[in-house]
Amino acid sequence: MDEVVASGVLPARCREGGGGPTPDPVAGRIPRDDPASYRGDMTTGTVRQRTPGASADLLRAMARPGFLVSRWSLRAIAYTATTVVIGLITMMVATPLYMPWTAVAIALLEPPIGTVGDPSQLVLVLLVGLILIVCFGPLLSLPLAAVERRRLRLVSPRPAESGHRVPPPGLWGWIRVRYTEAATWREVVYLFLLLPLTFLIIVVMGTLVSFTLVLLMGPFLVEDVPGAQISLGPLAATTTEEALPLTLLSPVTLLAAVYLCGVTSYGHGSLARALLVGPPKEELRAELTEVTHSRARLVDAFEYERRRIERDLHDGAQQRLVALNMDLGMARLDVDENSEADRRLAAAQRKADELITELRELVRGIHPRVLTDRGLPAALAELADHSPVPVTVQADLPRRPPSHVEGTAYFVVAEALTNVYKHTEANAATVHAFLAPGAHGDTLVVEVTDYGPGGADPVRGSGLTGMRDRVAVMGGTMDLSSPQGGPTRIRVELPCTIDRTDPR
Amino acid sequence: MHDRPDGPEVTPVPTVLAEDGVLLREGLVGVLERFGFPVVAAVGDGDALIEAVDEHRPGLVVTDIRMPPDFTDEGLRAAVELRRRNADLAVVALSQYVELSYASDLLDSGQGHGVGYLLKQRVGDVREFASVLRRVVEGATFVDPEVVRQLLRRRSDPLERLTPREHEVLALMAEGHSNGAIARRLTVSDAAVGKHVGNILAKLDLPPDEDVHRRVQAVLAYLRGN
Repeated sequence: MDEVVASGVLPARCREGGGGPTPDPVAGRIPRDDPASYRGDMTTGTVRQRTPGASADLLRAMARPGFLVSRWSLRAIAYTATTVVIGLITMMVATPLYMPWTAVAIALLEPPIGTVGDPSQLVLVLLVGLILIVCFGPLLSLPLAAVERRRLRLVSPRPAESGHRVPPPGLWGWIRVRYTEAATWREVVYLFLLLPLTFLIIVVMGTLVSFTLVLLMGPFLVEDVPGAQISLGPLAATTTEEALPLTLLSPVTLLAAVYLCGVTSYGHGSLARALLVGPPKEELRAELTEVTHSRARLVDAFEYERRRIERDLHDGAQQRLVALNMDLGMARLDVDENSEADRRLAAAQRKADELITELRELVRGIHPRVLTDRGLPAALAELADHSPVPVTVQADLPRRPPSHVEGTAYFVVAEALTNVYKHTEANAATVHAFLAPGAHGDTLVVEVTDYGPGGADPVRGSGLTGMRDRVAVMGGTMDLSSPQGGPTRIRVELPCTIDRTDPR
Repeated sequence: MHDRPDGPEVTPVPTVLAEDGVLLREGLVGVLERFGFPVVAAVGDGDALIEAVDEHRPGLVVTDIRMPPDFTDEGLRAAVELRRRNADLAVVALSQYVELSYASDLLDSGQGHGVGYLLKQRVGDVREFASVLRRVVEGATFVDPEVVRQLLRRRSDPLERLTPREHEVLALMAEGHSNGAIARRLTVSDAAVGKHVGNILAKLDLPPDEDVHRRVQAVLAYLRGN
């Protein structure tokens, strides 16, 4: 997938950079061979996709001469107008949230006006303000953000999805997720930025609009009210004749107002997009797929490495040790029994023998040969044989699951049996493995049950977490049931359909 | 000097050896020749083993279980095939690790007469190794003590019914010892061993059919874990 994106982006860039009419064949090839430039391009590609000028279309429209008669000017005006409405409503509703801060600011800037003079009182007020924001800020900012994301489409037609997660059912779950999300607090920040923004828009736009109206109505105003004067900086008019030329200025201020609408809408839209909008869902999904795949590839790579190490130890070190041991045995035939030399040779043989046993146990821990050679039922039976707790294995598999599924199932059972031995006083355990046919292919189900005291905590214990992770990599599920008094049962389901390369 | 193990009373048994590791193969050839198993062919994979046996008609086959090309159980499959063609051919399989299903595959062939399954590391004790080979050539069954030890740990119903002493006797039976040898090892009388063996066979529900080698059947019953 990366390759496709890269090859789609890179040649175009090379053409731009090279300046020539035909793409340089060397320049066109370099990025794919050179990891540094490959990475660089991928990064800019991602950045460009994520945070372009929030309403670049609006900006481009403003640069064109036809802006005033385009729908973009109407959109900008509508956006600014609705901003004023929304901003005023927010200002009223959110008063309790910013009042303490305003009070403190006033007290600090102009002590005589402020109602609080004592520093400890200031701190108290600030604390109350903070608590109010933490408690009620999200309650106001969440609906505001929802409205603002809809309104954002006026000036920025690209999809504007929130960055919120889907909360678990129940009020508590909702509170826990919403109050801990960065997206929520970005929205609170937006709420507080909206207030001064609204204020600024009202002042500037109000001025421009009233100028326009006054200039337009100038001749009538001075005519109706004798002695009245229109003054606009150095320009002033007291009579209709004087006011008439000023009327011609009204289109200029109107023009300025519309363009300013465009500029503020652009800025406001960019701000809203930065604070209220999460990354596009498809992009997240694609990234998640990529991460899932790379995680699975990593696990495969580790598995492959383990098998390679196992093979090397088996065919290299172990064979040599056996040959050494045999040479020592042959040497013993040529020395007198019970002689010093014979005793030394016997001792050397014992050491070699221990080393071989040790190496065999080590190899078994890395990757059981029997799993590769004879499949899961044989490997599970061998696990059971090595378990200090008596284990009954019932494994009925009509065909062999893919090797990575076998490997995961083996790992899970090995971990589970280790847990049984280490953490419970169970004196019996059973392992049950079978294939459950389903609509999308087989599922390997493995159940490990121990008849211990139960009450296992699924959260604690890195063993359980490790098992869950291994199972999740294979797209499987793991359930733990451990009522007080037992029995404890771990049930793992592993789909056998994931099509992946299988390094042996 | 030790007394020569390959004295004139020992009949040479032509042997075919299959082992892919060159180092180990040469060592094994040395051991086999020394103890009266002249190696008529030393090969490195399963197909070559079958060819060599067809050509030389040996009295004993010693084979590694894992060999090229797949390094799984080529040697074992070749051995089972050879036993299928000629049930009297003595075969000893060497395994890197304990794998009970390997053992039972091999012991199932030819009703378990003249087969041996042992861990590779046992060849270090060359005298014991040679004595195992000799017993297998004479028609005994030999299962590695480690395999037997693991089998005895399996809690299956017939096993539960055996007393600890009967376990011991069965373990020695699986190693191919006669009643007399078992009696000497456990320092009990032959009659006592005979009684234990009878009890074991009864507890394993083995039919009193004289045609069947019941001792081997008892070992096989363990290997199948029933």
